Amino acid sequence: MGSALSSDTTATYLRPTVARAAKILITGHFAVGKTTFVRTLSEIEPLQTEEVMTRAGALVDDLTWVAGKTTTTVAIDFGRRTLSDSLVLYLFGTPGQDRFTHLWDGIARGSLGALVLADTRRLADSFSVVERLEAMGLPYAVAINRFDNSPRYSGQELRHALDLLPETPLVACDARDRASSAHAVIALVDHLLHHQPREHV
Amino acid sequence: MNPAPADGTRTDWNTGRALVRPHVVTGGRGTPSRNTLDHITLITAAREDLTDLGPEQCRLMRVCLGGWLSVAEVAANLRLPTSVTKVLLADLVDSGHITATAPAAPAGIPGEQLLKDVLDGLRALL
Ligand SMILES: Nc1nc2c(ncn2[C@@H]2O[C@H](COP(=O)(O)OP(=O)(O)OP(=O)(O)O)[C@@H](O)[C@H]2O)c(=O)[nH]1
Ligand SMILES: [Mg+2]
Repeated sequence: MGSALSSDTTATYLRPTVARAAKILITGHFAVGKTTFVRTLSEIEPLQTEEVMTRAGALVDDLTWVAGKTTTTVAIDFGRRTLSDSLVLYLFGTPGQDRFTHLWDGIARGSLGALVLADTRRLADSFSVVERLEAMGLPYAVAINRFDNSPRYSGQELRHALDLLPETPLVACDARDRASSAHAVIALVDHLLHHQPREHV
Repeated sequence: MNPAPADGTRTDWNTGRALVRPHVVTGGRGTPSRNTLDHITLITAAREDLTDLGPEQCRLMRVCLGGWLSVAEVAANLRLPTSVTKVLLADLVDSGHITATAPAAPAGIPGEQLLKDVLDGLRALL
């Protein structure tokens, strides 16, 4: 890492043929495995964006606001995976805790949908995450990230607990495993393709 | 999480040195002239001459001269908040220094082709 004031040339550039970018949010409560998931699927070492919020929680996008307001920066991990010669997918590991509500407005803009990671040891912590996505109208799928000592429930029990719609995908995954993580994102995108209202182009 | 000092300045954690305040970096301009720029807008340098550019814009241009990156990657590389980076970029887009791609899902509703291509790409990872 060079000094912050000199230009770092550590960037890993995209293939010059890549012309389209898509974004998916990887969200969920504290320590559920978001960063691990992003790292597993990313072709680059995950990076961090800094989003500026006021202490009161509002996202600062209009910088005329910044002067004289108390602000805090929140780091969002993200990674990328080139999917074809022309397409790249970005994965943003977005914290799900309530105090980050206002971050979502900026991060969710332009995203295809969200994958909610959930831990069966702390299912109740996922309620507000799912509720917020519904309030925003952002389509989502749920992936149960399996930890060694996490209790196992049936799909039906989990759907009931999280109050999921019948068409909302619910899958199990291991955020440390690439194929398993890819399957979880596939479940989300497949859902977006088949169950979401879309423009016809 | 990296909480900033209460006055809104950022401190570089390698050097302990305060960086310029966001509103100074952007010359006092708050609102990006192009609200089309988001985290995954892809950008690259369109010109090589950096005359008349401020130091922050020069840093940004040097990163962008190497090829295509998303706005989020450029911001991360410069260690500037995304909001600040977008404001700097908006001016450079206006002046013709930076080329930006149109968003792939402009209305927030992704087209069927985009979703299919993402799906195909993900399946190819398995
Ligand atoms: N057993 C098991 N451990 C995991 C899995 N995913 C993540 N972990 C571990 O769980 C811990 C938390 O993972 P992170 O990826 O940092 O979680 P996070 O959601 O990014 O956490 P915050 O950003 O702090 O909210 C780490 O020690 C991981 O190694 C998983 O699928 N199985
Ligand atoms: Mg994390």
